[in-house]
Amino acid sequence: MISIGERINGMFKDVREAIKNKDPKAVRELAIKQTEAGASFLDVNVGTAAADPAEAMKWLVEVVQDTVKTPIAIDSQKFDVVKAGLSVAKNEILINSSKGDPEELDKFMTLAKEYNASLICLTMDKTGIPQDVARRMEFAMKIVEKAVEHEFELSKVYIDPVLFPINVDQKQPALMFDIFNQIKMISDPPPHRNVGLSNFSQGTKEKRLLARVFLTMGISYGLDAAVMDVLDKDLMDAAITAEIIMNQHLYSDSYLTACRK
Amino acid sequence: MEIPNVADKWSGAVNEITLGATKDKGGSRTKTITIGGAKSIPFMDFEGSPGQKPVVAMDVYDVPPEDWPETLSKPFADVLHDPAQWAKKCVEQYGADLICLKLEGIHPDKGNKTAEETATTVKSILAAVGVPLIIWGCEHDEKDNDVMTKVSQAAKGECCLLGVVTQDNYKTLTATCLADGHALITLAPVDINIAKQVNILVSEMDFPLNRIVMFQSTGALGYGLEYTYSIQERERLAALTGDKMMSMPVICDVGHEAWRTKESKSDDKEVPQWGARDERGPMWETITAVSLLQSGVDIIRMSHPKAVAAVKKCIDRLY
Repeated sequence: MISIGERINGMFKDVREAIKNKDPKAVRELAIKQTEAGASFLDVNVGTAAADPAEAMKWLVEVVQDTVKTPIAIDSQKFDVVKAGLSVAKNEILINSSKGDPEELDKFMTLAKEYNASLICLTMDKTGIPQDVARRMEFAMKIVEKAVEHEFELSKVYIDPVLFPINVDQKQPALMFDIFNQIKMISDPPPHRNVGLSNFSQGTKEKRLLARVFLTMGISYGLDAAVMDVLDKDLMDAAITAEIIMNQHLYSDSYLTACRK
Repeated sequence: MEIPNVADKWSGAVNEITLGATKDKGGSRTKTITIGGAKSIPFMDFEGSPGQKPVVAMDVYDVPPEDWPETLSKPFADVLHDPAQWAKKCVEQYGADLICLKLEGIHPDKGNKTAEETATTVKSILAAVGVPLIIWGCEHDEKDNDVMTKVSQAAKGECCLLGVVTQDNYKTLTATCLADGHALITLAPVDINIAKQVNILVSEMDFPLNRIVMFQSTGALGYGLEYTYSIQERERLAALTGDKMMSMPVICDVGHEAWRTKESKSDDKEVPQWGARDERGPMWETITAVSLLQSGVDIIRMSHPKAVAAVKKCIDRLY
């Protein structure tokens, strides 16, 4: 499971304060805690309050990579902000994210290639998010086509079919499973299948339980990456266990210990 | 039509381990042996480096073996009572890459030799040969924990390979090997899940993963070779796909197992239709070894000089 730790985000008060005061302490702590929890990437998002988002992104990326060697996910849909983050990056980078409009994909894939970064691509464009499987798969195929056109490695492409919150449209989450399955078969090697997990259960009373069950069900259909709360140990252990059940790792009685390493 | 390239890409590799320590590394060996390092399945070198050549460790017993047929004991008749001379003969005459000292005689039912006597034997072998040493207990937990600790101390700094530890008995020998700078053999009898478990348990004691060699127990030709083969093949695939807890080199006990079979032991008079034992026995051992080589083996324990020569020749031709 490629777990993208979501916590370094200006939407959270501690990070927002850290950015405002240029005080790296809270960010460093979150980088270390999430790395110890097993994050594959640390998502870095300046939020909406930063006065100069590009400068704030540079600062966040620098603070994180001065603290840990964990790969970083630069989280912004603003091209200039992503570029600013990349300009100072030393760690491995995942760009989070590009929309599926052809011109957006051209811009972001060119940039990602230049920095040898991976890229999350959303199955949506400026007209909005499709509500069904067929239209999302149409986007997925166009994304793969673009990657081939740009000679961008498919193993560096993450397709995100845009998971809706369960309390917004209850029909949507179940559609995802079919999509993960189909994306797996789109190419060889296939692109990764990613979702924003916390968004899915935001505002519900059983936030953690919903996230945990969706993640394990998703893994059984081929979900292999998520922006998620890596500090939720039960969630991380559930993901490992789902992968064990899907025969993705060799079982041993101490499989949790082995996979957490 | 263009033929598609179907070569697999592997993300992992088998760990490399150097056994034996020379004087400048704190030991007294004149030769070290490096095993492991494979980045592909055996004989598929177009997919990645095959790593280090497999090596042959010849068995030496601390007491003269009681159940060896004449075909097997004959080449060692003059040295069976002297492990140091036996080891010397294996290295100098028969080209053993390493010596595996099997401590059969410490077993409570087979002589119950003391730790002190055994430590003396180990020292005499270390003095007699310059190759690295494998020291293998009698697989009686209590006795092994007593003897192997002292044996380990006697060979401190020589970077020997000591074994075996199991999921039920690993703490004493692991701690000892860690303290004395030896490598360790983890045993799981034909069970890949337990194999991983033992490696995890040992690593939780801070024993470095790159000082572990795995042993699955070995089945001879006709006696479960295919079980050993398939487990070792799966282990190699796990290593190549990046499972850090399964990336250890593998050791096989071919000599002892092959010479337990009736096909290699039976007297010529009993089964004349099987051909002469002097040919049949070494052949059984050879075929067991070369078959297992294809599953991914790094050290093969062997007994008969003829089989050793044939297997070494095969390794040289194939690697």
